[in-house]
Amino acid sequence: MAEVPEHLLRRSAERRKALTGEGGDAPAEAAAPVEAVAADAPAAEAPAAAPSAPAEDVTTASGAKIPAHLLERAKKRKAAAAGGDAGAAGGAVAAAATATIAPPVAGASGPGGHTQRLLTVVKSGSIQQTKAEAQDKVHTWPHLLVVELGAVLILLAFVTVFAALVRAPLLSLADFNKTPNPSKAPWYFLGLQELLTMFHPMVAGVTIPGVALGVAALAPYYDKTTSNKPDDRRFAIAIFTIFIMLWAVLVIIGSFFRGPGFNFVFPWKDGIFFEL
Amino acid sequence: MANANGAGGTGDKVSAVLEKTDEKIRGSQAWNSIFRPGSVYRRGYTDSPRNRSYVIMNNVLYHLHPVKVKRHAVKVSYTLCLGGLSFFLFILLTVTGIFLMFFYRPTAISAWDDVKTLETAVTFGSLVRNMHRWAAHLMVLSVFLHMCRVFYHGAYKAPREFNWVIGVILLTLTLLLSFTGYLLPWDQLALWAVTVGTNMMGYTPVFGSSVKYVLLGSKEIGSDTLLRWYVLHVLLLPFVTVIFMAVHFWRVRKDGGISGPL
Repeated sequence: MAEVPEHLLRRSAERRKALTGEGGDAPAEAAAPVEAVAADAPAAEAPAAAPSAPAEDVTTASGAKIPAHLLERAKKRKAAAAGGDAGAAGGAVAAAATATIAPPVAGASGPGGHTQRLLTVVKSGSIQQTKAEAQDKVHTWPHLLVVELGAVLILLAFVTVFAALVRAPLLSLADFNKTPNPSKAPWYFLGLQELLTMFHPMVAGVTIPGVALGVAALAPYYDKTTSNKPDDRRFAIAIFTIFIMLWAVLVIIGSFFRGPGFNFVFPWKDGIFFEL
Repeated sequence: MANANGAGGTGDKVSAVLEKTDEKIRGSQAWNSIFRPGSVYRRGYTDSPRNRSYVIMNNVLYHLHPVKVKRHAVKVSYTLCLGGLSFFLFILLTVTGIFLMFFYRPTAISAWDDVKTLETAVTFGSLVRNMHRWAAHLMVLSVFLHMCRVFYHGAYKAPREFNWVIGVILLTLTLLLSFTGYLLPWDQLALWAVTVGTNMMGYTPVFGSSVKYVLLGSKEIGSDTLLRWYVLHVLLLPFVTVIFMAVHFWRVRKDGGISGPL
């Protein structure tokens, strides 16, 4: 059985003391909670009205069975209450099913003179209704799916039209003996190729991209701040933006400002040496 | 008036026939076995919150989307659709790529000729090849921009840390997919761009030359390289990417949908 919380024990002790002080009213007061404990009050009423009924389990209207011995006990209590002080019993009904341990009642009491049993103790908090916070949500269909369909159709239209208008490059057959000048990597690697002009190939081609990817991948593990408000993340945003801008500048230089021999050129003067 | 009545009569007849046909088709067992309860294609679909839920729940889309999403998640201005469009570009690239595979042989002798033939002699060949190439560049761009969007929203923070890591892996895979496809036309652009790229990889410390050899299939770029990169491009990398995408999308939902508004 679950432990009885301290505050309930204390309250019960206080109540008991108060009741014994009152004296005469005690039996009637004690009888009242018993009624409440006997589950369905109206259902319990019925057998009481027919005192000659045999001791059988009774099925209530709600389908729950009330064991015969409980009915018997309730009947006895009722009789005792009616005989003692009918008025007091009626007034105390409001006491409901608190886990009060009642004082001993002469004649009709359980073990240790208790007139009611502690059915269970529910820890505070566990029966409180925990309602999920209401979230502002909308149905995926149609709201999200329509947006997605629209986006997909626009993109598909764009790619189709662009592909119809602009040809993908196809230069002459690959020739190992003819190195084009300049030779350029695909545009997304041109930042690396640009670094190649400043660092040793191992640093530019392996160390820097490797470290950059690693640092990027682990970002959530060293950025411990939890806020996603831009004002709280000035440093992170600044670092990221600088990094991205640096990279973009390198790619743009590599793409448009590098000519024969990968030397620096101005695209408006010497032309563009760039294929997508 | 009489005319209008007559037209009405014919109209009624037509609509009655249509109604009957509709009942026959959409009331059939075959139709109802295809479209599950709640589907908008079922007879008697009405717009109700319950049916809106069924549309997703009784659909393969339920693997991708929950029944309800946060209101701000629907705003185009929040996500710019970048993640979804990256996924769509992947699908578009798969479809156009399969088309191209019908006309392409990955050997040094025939690769360039096949592409040339595709451009000049195959119906829609040029269009589909162009679409494949431009969609590939777009995908690199959209995946990259998606990463930026996620960073600026702080969406990589708990509980989404691991999904960010998967995202970085997907970015790398996207770059590799694009790079391996770069070689396949076997023209001067392809050959020398890849030469530059693989030369860089050769500088990997300790096992640089092994990395280069494994990637090229020989000491120099050649037919072996072409076959190797072809298999990587059409099979291995897409396969790995699909697996990571599955985890990525699944985690988006398990981590509580897309991140909250700023």
